[in-house]
This record gives sequence, C-alpha cells and structure tokens, in this order.
Amino acid sequence: MADFLNSMVALVDPYTMQILVNVGIAIVLALGLNVIVGLTGQLSLGHAAFMSIGAFTSAMITIKTGLPFSINLMLTGVVTAIVAAMIGFPILRLTGDYLAICTLGFAEIVKVFFLNFEPTNKALGLTVPTAKTVVPMPIYVWLIVILSVILVTFVQSSRFGRALKAIREDEIAAEAMGINTARYKIQAFALGSFMAGVGGGLYAHFLSYINPSDFGFLKSVDILAMVVLGGLGSVPGTVIGSSVLASAPEFLRFMSQYRMLVYGALLVFLMVFRPNGLLGGVNFTDLLLRAIGRKPAGKGIK
Amino acid sequence: MFLQQLVNGVALGSVYALIALGYTMVYGIITLINFAHGEIFMVGAFIGLLLVSYFKVNVFVAILGAMIFCMIMGVVIELVAYRALRKSSRLSALISAIGVSIFLSSLALMVFGADAKGFPDTAFPVQQIKVGSADISTLQILIIGVAAVLMMALEFIVQKTKIGKAMRATSEDYNTAALMGINVNRVISFTFALGSALAAAGGVLVGVLFNAVSFNMGLMAGLKAFAAAVLGGIGSIPGAMLGGLLLGVSEVFGVAIGYSSYRDAIAFTILVLVLLVKPTGLLGQKITKKV
Repeated sequence: MADFLNSMVALVDPYTMQILVNVGIAIVLALGLNVIVGLTGQLSLGHAAFMSIGAFTSAMITIKTGLPFSINLMLTGVVTAIVAAMIGFPILRLTGDYLAICTLGFAEIVKVFFLNFEPTNKALGLTVPTAKTVVPMPIYVWLIVILSVILVTFVQSSRFGRALKAIREDEIAAEAMGINTARYKIQAFALGSFMAGVGGGLYAHFLSYINPSDFGFLKSVDILAMVVLGGLGSVPGTVIGSSVLASAPEFLRFMSQYRMLVYGALLVFLMVFRPNGLLGGVNFTDLLLRAIGRKPAGKGIK
Repeated sequence: MFLQQLVNGVALGSVYALIALGYTMVYGIITLINFAHGEIFMVGAFIGLLLVSYFKVNVFVAILGAMIFCMIMGVVIELVAYRALRKSSRLSALISAIGVSIFLSSLALMVFGADAKGFPDTAFPVQQIKVGSADISTLQILIIGVAAVLMMALEFIVQKTKIGKAMRATSEDYNTAALMGINVNRVISFTFALGSALAAAGGVLVGVLFNAVSFNMGLMAGLKAFAAAVLGGIGSIPGAMLGGLLLGVSEVFGVAIGYSSYRDAIAFTILVLVLLVKPTGLLGQKITKKV
C-alpha cells in the first residue's frame, strides 16, 4: 500500500508536487480563517499565530514522543483550539477593529514568545523529523484538505453554522433571537484555530524546518487575502482563492525581482474590480441546478 | 537614569504619535485601517535621505520635501486603491491597502536595495547637552520640537479652519456631511494628504535618529503606530498623541530594565491589556449601538 502511494507521488515532478502541497496547506489554513472571518464576521489578523502554535506543538510532539502522525495532528489541533478559546474568552468581547488589532497584537506576542522560548531553539528555529506515517506527505495533506472541506461545508449548513451567520449579519438581532453570541463566537474561534493548528502541523512536517519569524503579520495577511479574494463565507471561493494566491508567487517567478511588486498590485487590482471576491455572491447550488437543466428554486428573501 | 530614559521614550513616542495621527484621521473619516500608512512613513524616510545626500539640503528642508512628496503620494493612493471600494465591504478596502503596502515595500526594495542606508554625518550636527543626570542630544530636541510643532499645526487646522470643520463634520456623519454641501471627496483627499505628510516627517526623523533607513522599516513602525492609535481610542486625535507617547515611553523603559529581546511585544501587551479594561481605548468614546 505504502509503495503504491509512493509510486503515485513519484509520477508528479517534485516542483509541481511542492506547489500542490503548499496550495493544500493554504486551503486548510484559509478554510479555518473562513469560519472566523467569513462565517462569523469576526476580523482576525492573527491567524498565523495559531498556525505557529500548531507547528511548534506538532513538531515537539514528534520530537519528544514520536506518536503516530494522525494522533499528533489531533492533539495539536486540540491544544491550539484550547489556547484559542482561552484567548478568545476575553478578547471576543471587543468588536470590529478593536478585535482585529487585538488579534494582531496577540500574534506579535506569540511570535516574540517563540523567538525567546528555549525548548524550541529560540530564533534559530526547529528542525522537524519526518512524520510518523506510511502515507506520503502530499497525499496526507490532500486527505486533510478533503476532510476540511467536508467539515466546513457541514458546519456551514448546521444549526451551529446558521447561528454564526446570524451573528455575522447582526450581532444585536442574533442576541435578541436567543443566540448565545459570546459562546458561539468562542466556539467558532476555536474551530478556526483547530484547523490553523492542523495546517501548522502539516506545514512543519512538510518543510521539516520552522522558524518563529515565518509566522509574522505577513503570513496572517496572506491567509486573510486568500479568504477575502475567494469571497467571504464561500467554501469553493476559499479553495479557489487560496489556490490562486498560494501558487501565484510560483507562477510569477519568471518575473524574479518584480514578483512581490506584481503580487501587491494584483491584490489592489483584484479588489478594485471584484470587491466581493472572485466567487462572492455566486450561488453554487443554483449553478449546479442550471447545469443539469433544472430551474433553481425561488429567489427567497434577500 | 530615569530622566534620560524618559527623554529617549518621549522622542520615540512622538514619532509613533506622528504616524498614529494619520491612522486615526483616516479611520475617523472612512473607517479604513490604512495599512499602507507604514510604507508612506518608509517612503518619506527615503525621500528625506535622497534630499540630504544628493541635494545637500539641511534636515528641515528634507522634512518639508518628504512631506510634500508623500502628501501627493497619499492622495494618489486613495484615488487609485480606495476610492472605488468606498461603498463595498470594508475588508475589501483592507486587502487593497495591504496590496498597496506590499507594492510599496517591494518597490523600495528594488530601487534602494536590501541593506539599510544611513544619513551622512553632516545631515544634522549632534551635540550633547547635560541636563541634571541626563545627556540630551540636540537630535532628540529636534525630534520632539518638530513633532510638537506639527501636532500644533494639525490641531489648528482641524479646530480653526474651514476644511478642518468639514473634516470633523465628515467624521461625525459621512452622509449628512455630504447633504450639507461638503465636498466629501475633497475632505477625504485632504485627510490623506495631512496624514501622509505627518508620517513622512516621522520617517525622516526616525531615519536621522537611528541613522538607518531600510525598505522594511515601515511594517513594524506602522503596526506599533496603529497600536498607539487604537490604544488612545481610534478616531481621536488627542488619543493618538497620548497613545504614541505612552507606547514610546513604555517601550524604552521595558528595554532599559532588561527586556530588550521582548521589545516588539511590549507595545502589544500594553495594548491588549488596556483594551481588555477599556474596550474602546483610553480616550475613545463608547458608542452605544442602536437597532
């Protein structure tokens, strides 16, 4: 079985494979942030902090205990979610931009903490041993991607997801409807961070080297741009947004030194011309029904 | 020792305050976190450096030149990247601002290279003045002086002039101001010009103080200044000044008592703690949301 999977991975050249894995990890991270920003409407500028907590936790678990990778990722996700819930409890009282700056501040504090944390080699960074699993890393990453897509799609249409959307649309009205906004916001925050932690664990074991400086403000912004570009709250949008932005630096590589310049201009350009994201406001069920020749149901109440 | 650190802190804090004012004014009017603001600060520092090293002007002329250049740049950025997004989701404008920020810092990296550049020694003759136990350099006096003059000028513009009145009206209520015949677009352009000019002055001052100008200096300074603006209560001009000074002083004292490797976390720790106690910042007004 393992040989078969390995031979499948070997079919694709390593460079393409690396881009594919980067895209996969980006999707997991962006889907997590999508739960917080897209579904619940709470702007977070510190997603990379939870990714770094996940990356270091997962790396330390592999180094110290050598547990199988699946258990490792579960534990990592749970640890990250617990940290997120503890952070979320006080700061989710804040609204709008005060919350955004608080998450940003928290992310900077986490970065500085890891830069000074002895067990993870401070600023030198940590070399991560290979993951304890027979499944090759690229396939493992994409399995997690599929699981995450299913999870978030399921959450979106559940009772929990509807409560989150109510909070996004109008917090006061949601509260008046009997939704415990504080509890739901913390749960959404914890769920998003769980996925960030898992994404961080994958990242650590795929790159096999992590450094606290990799998880700075710009990383959070990268993930946020993926969510907004794809269309807030849309799962297919987030998948496409992260695929575009995670592979863009590679496709722009031919411009070598102009790469980041073009990337910045591209962000402005895309936002000015598609302010709601690439797929924002596109209803996939309708499209699907039209494609198979059936008229979509009535417009419903907007 | 205490007096010495206090002067260092006030000098650093007044630069934070200069940058924070731009954040707070723009936020007050169009509720946009202008993430490109830190990069305007960086560009201002480079313009000042160019003026001093190639045109051999003195520091004051360099500050003025950088302010004028960045004023134009700020207005152009608003026109190109934000104006079309004014009616759409605030997150879109935020991402657009981040795009501008990435664009500007990579442009600076290409044009000026990756290593930090220093001001020539002749830019500003530094002398030490002994006041009690503290050594105060003329540079620190320059920074505090320029910052104070600029802030007074700003206070005058906002409180006493017609355009200042229009700014206050627009930040109070955007739509009503437009109905009252205020040219809102012009007020917004003017706000960007003012904020950018202050950031540019801050950039030149920091460049002279640390004798280092680099393409990535905008990021951390911008984030800390933003923290200062929020700490004081975003949208409030005195709040930005207070927040900037507070962060500058506490950062210098934090380093002085031996937490230098935690330097960048100090500002944010204070911010998070203050927000937990006062969720709208020190001087921010609590707005009760009505249904």
